[in-house]
Amino acid sequence: MPDIITGEMSGSEFKLEAIQTLNQHTGRVWHVSWHPEGKMFASCGEDRAIRLWSMESKNQWVNKVVLTEGHKRTIRQVTWSPCGNFLASASFDGTTCIWDKKSGQFECNATLEGHENEVKSVSWAPNGKLLATCSRDKSVWIWELVDDEEYDCAAVLNAHSQDVKKVAWHPNSELLASCSYDNTVKLFQDDPREGDWTCQTSLEGHLSTVWSIQFDSTGERLASCSDDLTVKIWKQQEHEWKCAHTIEGFHNRTIYDLSWNSDGYLATACGDDGLRIFKEEACIETGSISYKLVAENRQAHTQDLNSVAWNPIDPQLLVTCSDDGELKVWHFK
Amino acid sequence: MTSRGCGTEHCCQQNPNPVIKEKTELNVEDKCISEDKSSQGEPLTDVFNNKIVFDLIRNIVDPEHPLTLEDLKVVQEDLVDVSDENNYVKICFSPTIPYCSMATLIGLSIRVQLLRSLPPRFKVTVEVTPGTHTAESAINKQLADKERVAAALENTHLISVINECIPARSKG
Repeated sequence: MPDIITGEMSGSEFKLEAIQTLNQHTGRVWHVSWHPEGKMFASCGEDRAIRLWSMESKNQWVNKVVLTEGHKRTIRQVTWSPCGNFLASASFDGTTCIWDKKSGQFECNATLEGHENEVKSVSWAPNGKLLATCSRDKSVWIWELVDDEEYDCAAVLNAHSQDVKKVAWHPNSELLASCSYDNTVKLFQDDPREGDWTCQTSLEGHLSTVWSIQFDSTGERLASCSDDLTVKIWKQQEHEWKCAHTIEGFHNRTIYDLSWNSDGYLATACGDDGLRIFKEEACIETGSISYKLVAENRQAHTQDLNSVAWNPIDPQLLVTCSDDGELKVWHFK
Repeated sequence: MTSRGCGTEHCCQQNPNPVIKEKTELNVEDKCISEDKSSQGEPLTDVFNNKIVFDLIRNIVDPEHPLTLEDLKVVQEDLVDVSDENNYVKICFSPTIPYCSMATLIGLSIRVQLLRSLPPRFKVTVEVTPGTHTAESAINKQLADKERVAAALENTHLISVINECIPARSKG
């Protein structure tokens, strides 16, 4: 194994450098999410706290706000709304909280209840009017903002046969993706013929739990990562989503999360403690695509990486969080 | 000891006559060593091998019998695979009967005990010994899913059942 200590790849034109380590959380940190303006991010975890981190000076992020009055159990995911005024948090306590700053400070002003047990993920649609949540109860729920602080359940989708791990919206249409312990990724749309949300397609190919999914900024690609140690890139071909490439042979344990930046670089967070960045390469002759590992740190954290997120404004900045209780801010160029 | 159990029907001794391991002289010696270590609160060494890791799990009690996993041959030293330099620990456990409904709970107890007593640098895998359970792959998948394990460990009832299986002297 070459150069494990520095994690740098010899001859690589790219450099991946940790610029700050943040260790205010107690215990496992499950998720990080950037504010859409890129000047703040939120994190959450086992300690039932949501922490908001703001940039104080260049490369210096400071924990300014801690929200503890929302959930009784682990907070699995936090996500900012597209407008940046709301923060949603999904918890093992079975609820999803919507936080806003109308009173001057962040408060939980709506609680979405309905799932039978752990809520694992929450995602805002690009228009900010729809939310999706998913749970170990195998269902995906779609919520509609009907009033300022009122959310109605618009659909309960029971397409998965197991625990649903994550939900993610398409960046510019009302297409929802979900992934599951049942090894599949499913796509949902509001079908005008049925007058209801329906499962459009099931993407099969992963051999174990699919932990995370994300559309790239163009919406042309969907990446999924799995306990089968692979990442799959799905592309729409003649109205059907098909697996265009499988990234394999790079990850040694479960891949828990992934994130695309606006330049098309794909970062992965792995249970082998590694952070890796890939870039698509097209073969002009055959028209096929492949993915090249352009940067890697095999000891990005001292334990499993649970989440990775690129800054939405600065495509050179990303954040990771880990079972080791830490968050790290990275510079990639 | 009679009050032990999770209060469900599963606990009513599916296998009333399990095969019990005959203890050898060597085991008795090992036990003395392991108790010495436990009295310090944690193993004396920073370097782990399969013997030391086996010592951490051998005294876990089966949820159905007042016997240890070692007594029941559910865990065996040669089914503990440790590579200290690679931070790798893999335990295979063998349920006493192939349809044992307690298998997931036994696996979870092993996982919790190792979580409490091994340094966090270790990547721990707990699996059913191939061929010893009818639902082998389903059990292995559940035990490997750290999100499900984390959620289960926030269940106060379940954690109290597990705590009863993990004897005080080997708690981390």
